[in-house]
Amino acid sequence: MAGIVGYGAYVPKYRIKSETIAQVWGEDPDRIQKGLGIMEKAVPAIDEDSATMAVESARIAMARAGISPNDLGAVYVGSESHPYAVKPTASIVAQAIGATPNLTAADLEFACKAGTAGMQMCMGLVDSKMVKYGLAIGADTAQGRPGDALEYSAAAGSAAYVIGPEDESLAVIEDTFSFTTDTPDFWRRSKADFPSHGGRFTGQPGYFKHVKGAFTGLMEKMGEKIENYDYFVFHQPNAKFPLAVAKQLGVPKEKLKDGLLVPIVGNTYSGASPLGLANVLDVAKEGERIFVTSFGSGAGSDAFSIKVTGKIANREKGTPLSAFIENKQYVPYAIYAKLRGKYKGM
Amino acid sequence: MRSVAIIGAGMTKFGEDWERGFRELVTEAGIRALEDAKISGDEISAGYVGTMASGSLVGQEHTGALIADYMGLNPIPITRVEGACASGSLALRQGILAVSSGLHDVVVVGGVEKMTDLDTAAVSQILGGAGDQEWELFLGATFPGLYAMMARRHMHEYGTTEEMLASVAVKNHENGATNKYAQFQNRITLETAMNSKMVADPLKVMDCSPITDGAAAVVLAPMEKALSYSKKPIEILASEQATGTLALHDRKSLTSVNAAKIASERAYKKAGLTPKDISVAEVHDCFTIAEIVATEDLGFFAPGEGGKAALDGRTKIGGDIAVNTSGGLKATGHPVGATGVKQACEISWQLRGERGAGQVKDVEYGLTHNVGGSGATAVVHLYKRGY
Amino acid sequence: MKESISLTWRRIPERYRMMGSVCKTCNTHYFPPRSICPECRRKGKIEPFKFSGKGKVYSFTEIHAPPAGFEKQAPYVMAIVELEEGTRCTGQVVDATKDDIRIGDSVEAVFRKLLSDDPEGPIHYGFKFRLIK
Repeated sequence: MAGIVGYGAYVPKYRIKSETIAQVWGEDPDRIQKGLGIMEKAVPAIDEDSATMAVESARIAMARAGISPNDLGAVYVGSESHPYAVKPTASIVAQAIGATPNLTAADLEFACKAGTAGMQMCMGLVDSKMVKYGLAIGADTAQGRPGDALEYSAAAGSAAYVIGPEDESLAVIEDTFSFTTDTPDFWRRSKADFPSHGGRFTGQPGYFKHVKGAFTGLMEKMGEKIENYDYFVFHQPNAKFPLAVAKQLGVPKEKLKDGLLVPIVGNTYSGASPLGLANVLDVAKEGERIFVTSFGSGAGSDAFSIKVTGKIANREKGTPLSAFIENKQYVPYAIYAKLRGKYKGM
Repeated sequence: MRSVAIIGAGMTKFGEDWERGFRELVTEAGIRALEDAKISGDEISAGYVGTMASGSLVGQEHTGALIADYMGLNPIPITRVEGACASGSLALRQGILAVSSGLHDVVVVGGVEKMTDLDTAAVSQILGGAGDQEWELFLGATFPGLYAMMARRHMHEYGTTEEMLASVAVKNHENGATNKYAQFQNRITLETAMNSKMVADPLKVMDCSPITDGAAAVVLAPMEKALSYSKKPIEILASEQATGTLALHDRKSLTSVNAAKIASERAYKKAGLTPKDISVAEVHDCFTIAEIVATEDLGFFAPGEGGKAALDGRTKIGGDIAVNTSGGLKATGHPVGATGVKQACEISWQLRGERGAGQVKDVEYGLTHNVGGSGATAVVHLYKRGY
Repeated sequence: MKESISLTWRRIPERYRMMGSVCKTCNTHYFPPRSICPECRRKGKIEPFKFSGKGKVYSFTEIHAPPAGFEKQAPYVMAIVELEEGTRCTGQVVDATKDDIRIGDSVEAVFRKLLSDDPEGPIHYGFKFRLIK
């Protein structure tokens, strides 16, 4: 099977605290923080979008992979906040990392799981030897309607994966499994500024059903069990859902710790599970195994079984995600509203 | 090559001129210069006009023909010359070359810019075209920003202070108060200048020349015939132009404008003068730092000492060298294409002893220094009385 | 500020990846690229060269009166950066105010939106700089 030859992850410098948002809407900050488990979220600078963040993460991934950009045969960017409605983000990224022109590129959208969908597509291309390497990116500058529960979580970040041959990989993707149904739990119509969602309907029929479906599907397919994994990464729209699904599945809480970034960066949508995986790869040791389950509304989940190899030492060639997470500056709500273009007439 | 003299000078009141447009401004300055020279239009055989951005600012190109038409000077040839904020001095230089070569006898030279028909953001963007559009301006730099980076470097290398910068503005407003043509004729304090709104750190509003409408004109004739037209011709001793890189970042030094150094060295050599011989100079103070750098480039002060000299009052009227007795670009205003010609008017009037309250005593030699962009074009002229 | 799409497109290699040029005769590096080496003129031999994007702040300012199209970004820091290959260029410094930056500070190139003021127009991307602490 194909594997991860290089990876990179990025979150922007600016943060807004849940408390700051709660004050604007007269909500109890403690209740929000406890309820969602989100303390603060990453906010993009005024000159950042999914394309620029995708490039940031891609450049780190390419540095770790140590391959020539000309050897990339495919670039896929998954996002629900592509800068253009029509015109690919993937071509911008491919050009910015010097991979053009001899490759295929496309944008993907599947709510919060377009990034992992790209990884699967690259795996297929690599294993079929249609390309030597593929680059899959999940990047979002997600927006929540002002005052909506999503405003506390919708954040910005990007993670990129160079997928290539197993023998060059710093982590081998042992297998993958997906679970998909048509479930209208969350959507955004083409000309709407903000998404709509089904409130509590997003839980059981949405997140939990699909995450569990993909998780158990892959475990059964591989004949594996939870004890054989050192780390678990679940999609994290808030901190409550991944912790709850882990409990239901019997995954020990401490195995979620390194891959659970939502309390300090928010929900980075297409970037969310890929960012969690990147944070795990920043600390994992050779031989350790990681189980990743993404989720995208609409709805579907992709599960991956990953094993770290000796080439993980290559991570030293790139900036760790913690460097971006720690380099932060808080902004007040008024500045946040400016950065996110929430003022009418801007 | 013949020696050339200015036999007449005229300009409009600089400022926000809501009543008059491009053609009214330039024709008024032209008429005043012709009246000052006491010549008729029939005696003129050619004209040159400096305007930086008429096409962008008022949508009008082909301004040489427009001016010939509206001055009633058809069919004489009038040619537009462009070198950003140095356009006026370039037009003067073209006029000098035309007379000096013997091709023409009496030549009218104008400079004009009509700038207030657009809003400030649009004007800044157009003026930005004087720098490197693709590699400075499109990336977010502005002209105040470029000069601010020169100022920052001057502060870093020489310990120049924001107070020294502000003292240039205070002095130029002081001088502007004596000039009936100046946009600003009010005196300001150092405190006012220091506390004005930030434009491009460390440059504040009071470090910047304003957006101005205005025009200026001079009439040139061969020196050998000048006294037949005017009792007080002003002889042009040297006209030198030099270029440097378009973008500021490509200059070897940010604390000196090499093109201005070269142009002035050549001009001094041509005229057989040294900086010490100059008693009045109009220099290109589009920003206060530009005047400090200019007084160093022109050899009035050693590199790094221009700021302190300004603060110590050495550039005031009555100081070591009177700099910008008109009020400079800061107080007179800076209609970009007109500025170089206005400088020649001011020096002519100083040498003729006609500047009233702004008159410098015992003037023998005068200098003008006009810069385009952040220093990619520099033009230096030297003058003395021709009577 | 308007820029034609053909001009933007033409500058993509320079703006996205800092592609410049080098004169093989005198080994002087140029960014933005030049087709004539001013040092060697016709004796020069110009070839493409990719800059690392790393350098040091040579001078800087903070723009408070922005040109048309940059209003939302203001105030922003601009710098002249001395690139490690030995030439200088102008660019914005992201995620910083004037209080964060000093002459001599190390920077690296990042990829950002240069201008996207027209909601129906193209987005112009390119290099800016980030301080490396």
